[in-house]
Amino acid sequence: MTSDVPERIEWYRRMLEIRLFEEKVQELFMEGLIQGTTHLCQGQEAVAVGAISALRDDDYLTITYRGHGHALMRGVSMEACFAELMGRTTGCCKGVGGSMHFTDVQRGLLGAFAIVGAGLPVALGAAYSAKLQGLDRVALTFFGDGATNIGTFHEALNLASVWDVGVVFIVENNLYGEYTPLRDTTPIDDLAERSKAYAMPGVVVDGQDVDAVHAAVAAAVARGRAGEGPSLLEMKTYRYRGHSRTDPAKYRPEGELARWQERDPILLLGGKLAAEGVLSEADQAAAREEIRQLVDETADTAKQAPFPTIEEIRSYVYSA
Amino acid sequence: MSTQLEPSPSPAADETTEMTYREAVNAALADEMAADERVYLLGEDVANDGGVFKTNHGLPERFPGRVKNTPICENTFIGLAIGMSITGLRPVVEIMFSDFLPTAGDAIIEELPKFRFMTGGQCALPVTIRSMGGATGRFGTQHSATGESWFIAFPGLLVASAGTPAGAYSVLRAAIQHPDPVLFFEHKGLYGRKGIVTRGDRAVAEIGKGAVVREGADVTIVATLLMADRATKAAELLAGEGIEAEVIDPRWLRPFDLDLVRASVARTGRLVVAEEQVHAGGWGATLVSRLAQEGVAYASPPRVVGLADDLLIPYSPPLEDAIVPDAETIAAAVRAVA
Repeated sequence: MTSDVPERIEWYRRMLEIRLFEEKVQELFMEGLIQGTTHLCQGQEAVAVGAISALRDDDYLTITYRGHGHALMRGVSMEACFAELMGRTTGCCKGVGGSMHFTDVQRGLLGAFAIVGAGLPVALGAAYSAKLQGLDRVALTFFGDGATNIGTFHEALNLASVWDVGVVFIVENNLYGEYTPLRDTTPIDDLAERSKAYAMPGVVVDGQDVDAVHAAVAAAVARGRAGEGPSLLEMKTYRYRGHSRTDPAKYRPEGELARWQERDPILLLGGKLAAEGVLSEADQAAAREEIRQLVDETADTAKQAPFPTIEEIRSYVYSA
Repeated sequence: MSTQLEPSPSPAADETTEMTYREAVNAALADEMAADERVYLLGEDVANDGGVFKTNHGLPERFPGRVKNTPICENTFIGLAIGMSITGLRPVVEIMFSDFLPTAGDAIIEELPKFRFMTGGQCALPVTIRSMGGATGRFGTQHSATGESWFIAFPGLLVASAGTPAGAYSVLRAAIQHPDPVLFFEHKGLYGRKGIVTRGDRAVAEIGKGAVVREGADVTIVATLLMADRATKAAELLAGEGIEAEVIDPRWLRPFDLDLVRASVARTGRLVVAEEQVHAGGWGATLVSRLAQEGVAYASPPRVVGLADDLLIPYSPPLEDAIVPDAETIAAAVRAVA
């Protein structure tokens, strides 16, 4: 599958936006404007961008605590994301959720879950709901390699397959479940192999190559939309930072980070676009500068908003 | 267990008849599924021969495609129900034995009550969980819990139960209609119990309102599930002795109808709680604590009757019978405070 040039230039910009957003988050954390913890996704941008660009506006997705990039890609405004991180009323969850719960039900983003594996059944339910209502919507559910060892992974794949539900299970295999290397917790390297036990296609994808991610997800989405059932896609990727705020990632072997950075998703696509003569290095540098400014300005705007009151948040507990 | 129900037609108008607790559950499900095509029933074996406790007879035939058997994976099918509820449906999930609820701990504790809150109130989650529990069935240590108080500590989740057929019909219908998640407890020792049930839209229970099962001026007994039934029997025994006990089935454990109990105790000055669970962490202890903090004055200190704090429910029939409070045990507690 080849996507058109304007779309790929847009992907380039979206990946940059996510990268610079996450870098700004680190900065705001140091200033004390963002507190608690964050799980950043630098290095994994191609997965969110390539996958979510394969969705229709009325499709569904669930994400995880490492979900800033996915939310931005789904169209949650950068200001709402920054404001959420700073606990302000203008945040995408009114400042109540914080870093780990970027959700926008109107956009089909049905939750960012801080419990490993919790989003898979919810995505399954959304896609099943669409099927029951005669809608050809699909659901993507993103989760990490660590989630493939928790029960809901197996239960949700099983149920999706038995009921032919249009869910695309996307494991972002960044090689570490929290602080622990994959092979210390998991007896296989290719997690896509687990699809065999649930009679669905399993595909290993180069998660650094946004073109490859998009093509694989688009195919799985088409399959789900046609009523042919679920798929498991394994994105081989890497997070540049530690698991969360407090993790310096000292457990990684010397040179591993540098090797992955050679295949940085933004560099990879930028290289292709330059070689194709559609986005020069100068254009790329200009885009970076433009987005950096936008990020800075948006963060400044976001921090002007007030914190919510206890009275406001009380109404979020019950709807009736 | 041999009860065969016909596919249950919903009455055109309110109708008061005698029916079993099982039939009342069936009628509530049928009436809600008839009234709202977004209501689905999901769970293990729910569509097979009426389900394991035969509460679902006739529903798969009357509502094709809307009664769905799931694999054995409670945490995932409650998570699935969350996804369904966010996207326009109103799933009712059946948990075959309350003892299986903890396997769905993440979905019930972490997701269902918290989702709306932590997303800033973006949506409602109209999920009903029907959990079938309780002792006296000789089901042994892992199939006999009521589980009624396990989940009362979570803002965002309503918890309800039924001690009578009328309650089963009215409260279950209210739970299914409610836009927020409700965990509804049924007692498998009551399915064959008969009672007068008003069926129809006007019988739908009010959220958070308890029911006075029997009026009395001398002692207030607050009891749920099978204990409500046994408390009523105890009240009949006591009436012969000149003690008039008022029996309240609170129906909702969260939110709890403190007003109803407080008003009753204000008249009687005496309180006995009967619950089929240990004292620690139970709704009975919470009730007594709340009243104490309000400075409610008793003629005699309140008593809580329940399961022994340091025993588990055994299979052996005479021992199970000895452990679960019966009408006489409840009556003895009433005599002690009267």
